[in-house]
Amino acid sequence: MVVREGLARIPAGCAVAGIVDRRRQAMKADGIVTMISLMHDRSNGLGGGFAVYGCYSDMSDYYAFHLFYESSSAQTETEQFMSIYFKVEQKEPIPVRKNGLQKHAPRIWRYFVKPKVSEINEQDLSEEEYIIKTVMSINRDIPGAFVASSGKNMGAFKAVGYPEDVADFYRLEEYQGYLWLAHGRFPTNTPGWWGGAHPFTLLDWSVVHNGEISSYGANRRYLEMFGYHCGLQTDTEAITYLLDLLVRKHRLPLLTALNIFAAPFWEEIGRMDPERQRLWKVLRSVYGSALLNGPFSIIVGCSHGLIAMNDRIKLRPLVAAVNTEKVYVASEEAAIRAVCRQPDRLWTPAGGEPVLAWVEHQTSKHGSSSLCDGLVREVS
Amino acid sequence: MAITMKTASYKIIRDHDRCIECLVCVRQCSNGVHRWDEDYMCLVSDEAECVNCHRCVVFCPTQALNVVASPLDFKTNANWRKPDIEQIYLQAETGGTLLVGMGNDRPYPVYWDHLLLNASQVTNPSIDPLREPVELKTFIGRKPDTVHFGSEGVEGEFPPQLELDVPVMFSAMSFGSISLNAQKSLARAAVETGIYWNCGEGGLHPEVRPYADRAVVQVASGRFGVSVDYLKSGAAIEIKIGQGAKPGIGGHLPGEKVGPEVSRTRMIPLGTDAISPAPHHDIYSIEDLRQLIFSLKEATEYAKPVGVKIAAVHNVAAIASGSVRAGADFLVIDGFRGGTGAAPLRIRDNIGIPIELALAAVDSRLREEGIRNTVSLVVAGGIRNSADVVKAIALGADAVYIGTAALIALGCHMCQKCYQGKCNWGIATTNPYLTKRVNPEVGARRAANLIRAWAHEIKEMLGGMGINAIESLRGNRLHLRGIGLGPKELEILQVKAAGE
Ligand code: SF4
Ligand code: SF4
Repeated sequence: MVVREGLARIPAGCAVAGIVDRRRQAMKADGIVTMISLMHDRSNGLGGGFAVYGCYSDMSDYYAFHLFYESSSAQTETEQFMSIYFKVEQKEPIPVRKNGLQKHAPRIWRYFVKPKVSEINEQDLSEEEYIIKTVMSINRDIPGAFVASSGKNMGAFKAVGYPEDVADFYRLEEYQGYLWLAHGRFPTNTPGWWGGAHPFTLLDWSVVHNGEISSYGANRRYLEMFGYHCGLQTDTEAITYLLDLLVRKHRLPLLTALNIFAAPFWEEIGRMDPERQRLWKVLRSVYGSALLNGPFSIIVGCSHGLIAMNDRIKLRPLVAAVNTEKVYVASEEAAIRAVCRQPDRLWTPAGGEPVLAWVEHQTSKHGSSSLCDGLVREVS
Repeated sequence: MAITMKTASYKIIRDHDRCIECLVCVRQCSNGVHRWDEDYMCLVSDEAECVNCHRCVVFCPTQALNVVASPLDFKTNANWRKPDIEQIYLQAETGGTLLVGMGNDRPYPVYWDHLLLNASQVTNPSIDPLREPVELKTFIGRKPDTVHFGSEGVEGEFPPQLELDVPVMFSAMSFGSISLNAQKSLARAAVETGIYWNCGEGGLHPEVRPYADRAVVQVASGRFGVSVDYLKSGAAIEIKIGQGAKPGIGGHLPGEKVGPEVSRTRMIPLGTDAISPAPHHDIYSIEDLRQLIFSLKEATEYAKPVGVKIAAVHNVAAIASGSVRAGADFLVIDGFRGGTGAAPLRIRDNIGIPIELALAAVDSRLREEGIRNTVSLVVAGGIRNSADVVKAIALGADAVYIGTAALIALGCHMCQKCYQGKCNWGIATTNPYLTKRVNPEVGARRAANLIRAWAHEIKEMLGGMGINAIESLRGNRLHLRGIGLGPKELEILQVKAAGE
């Protein structure tokens, strides 16, 4: 019997791609689909997916929940559960095209909801915590139900299949957004479950990732101390939770969090000025368990823009490019050139050097840290 | 020779064709085994006194000597084995408690040997430490949950830390239990390799003061050698509550070992027994421990980490958790295979639990309580090689202490007779004729070599797992698999079985 993802840990290789328009101009799906399809050989048909920001601008005040159900009872139970904690404005099946993928598809529904203020107050939580708590209880406690995404004005569309087929299945040509992420997966055995495909999302974050983190066990046990339940057993899930812990809960500047994930080597720290040396000693000793060790390239999307980064010794590929207002990142240069033949600038970010591309009128709420000046290349 | 019913344990074989009668063996043996017989004009051996320390064998210039276990045995009996019978003879003769040196040698399972390490292939590349940095730096001390940034960088004071270049330290061995030369060797090696040594409960002799900034100074139930000056001169303070080799009892340095130097360093009268009581007489409960921790912190102005060392006993997880809550900045857990200068045999062999299980239980408990990241965990008691270190860290330790392994590096041959004070290798003795046998310069080089060799091996194993910083291995039990273990043991260790 195939062990479902979450019950086993499945190593995978992958293709990742992302585009953002920094003026928030809506883009159709064709660009991102071209990019990810060009890297067809980096996936093996066992997982593909997309995230798009700006796709539900008419409903941007509502949290958009994308749900997978494996049974009608899972759906009934989830809807009952949601009606306790949310005001459900609209619900509908997500439209799909019958192209073969439907054979193994779960029921796929979306809901536009607002949390019930009375419940939030009752539980004495912030709105964000309330959403996270609800999502986690659905995923953990309702068998056969899985929340694929739950942010505002964004959505994740994922499946077991090649990414180009996934795009076709979800009729992505009908959506537009200012930021797109894509993922093609090459797991080493069958995940057999749509929930395990990327992107992985939490609140406003969505993450696509290529790699196998050898620090996973340490990262996971660290997260568990802070109440995160790593039910999927995937690196992507752990990375997303780490971001949430460091940036949202611990209020670290985003850049600091990224630099903790791919911390400078002690040798490099030894060459810094005394003030920074001290800072890094503190950061590395407090956040050693958040260091992501082993090969990865990740692209993180959020409503503020896009972040891309490699592990600190660059064991996985990542290329970035800028063309006027658009920023592209991908596993391969060819994927970028396929949609933008002559970018203004194209480069290979160094190991551990984050690429940040923020959208206009929205300087990051996460702030920036003087610590990281010079370590980070902010796209301008 | 005393009349005894116990026969010699060893047989000395001297090849008379090779022996040149140089009498090196006679001079080397502090037990008086070898003797030149004037009447018969030949070398004779009193095998009953031989402890099998190999000193004569190693020093014989013509390799004429060998020592083997005596083939003489009692009638085969699965219940009454040779040691069981001989121990009764000894007790019938003396009426005393049986003493032993070094750690538990009974054939209990060694869990390190039932744990296998992981290596990366294909889906994840291994890292070659000769080409890429692999980092072992480790900080021992209390850590806050999070770091607050202000306009001036990190806000608030950061708690003091020990900074280790290799996650290994030399464990507590007092001057008195080991020779000054042996202690000096370890102290120098610690300075040279960027690690720390522990002076044990015996004060700091003036000759090791220069290495005090790399010393963990111990405060044990006897309070020997403790003064404000002593506390302030070390890099960290360790309150010794228990020791793996003899949980539940104190220590006893016989008066014969308390010569002028030991007397001065311990601040006790010449020739008196130095007795460390079983409990600290000011710690009868957890809140008392908290008071001692904070009085030591007060005395040293919160500039040094203060740790607590406990023996691995049945409810070690609860004791560990209590000690962390009482304010310990680091916790040392000493397993039942830990060495000692002297321990009652029954206690050494029957009390306590293996460090592997204790470590797994403590790390899990502290994580369940959400406090593991705030404290450092150091484990001791039977760490034999770099693979044991890697396994300990994967189970959840920050660093390990080595005692026996460090003494073996100085020449100890594990004869387990440390309590007799006649160590032929010049280690567990204060006899000036014998202590000369350890040259601190040579000793320091050997101990430092051991640490360097282990560091290389740890880097290689880490690189193989695709890890380039030791903190990514800490508590990362996914890199371990159990072999030949039952379901309950796997559950306690929280590791999967090999093949899973
Ligand atoms: S040391 Fe060796 S050669 Fe010298 S007397 Fe002893 S046995 Fe003979
Ligand atoms: S230190 Fe000396 S007495 Fe103790 S076991 Fe080693 S060699 Fe024997």
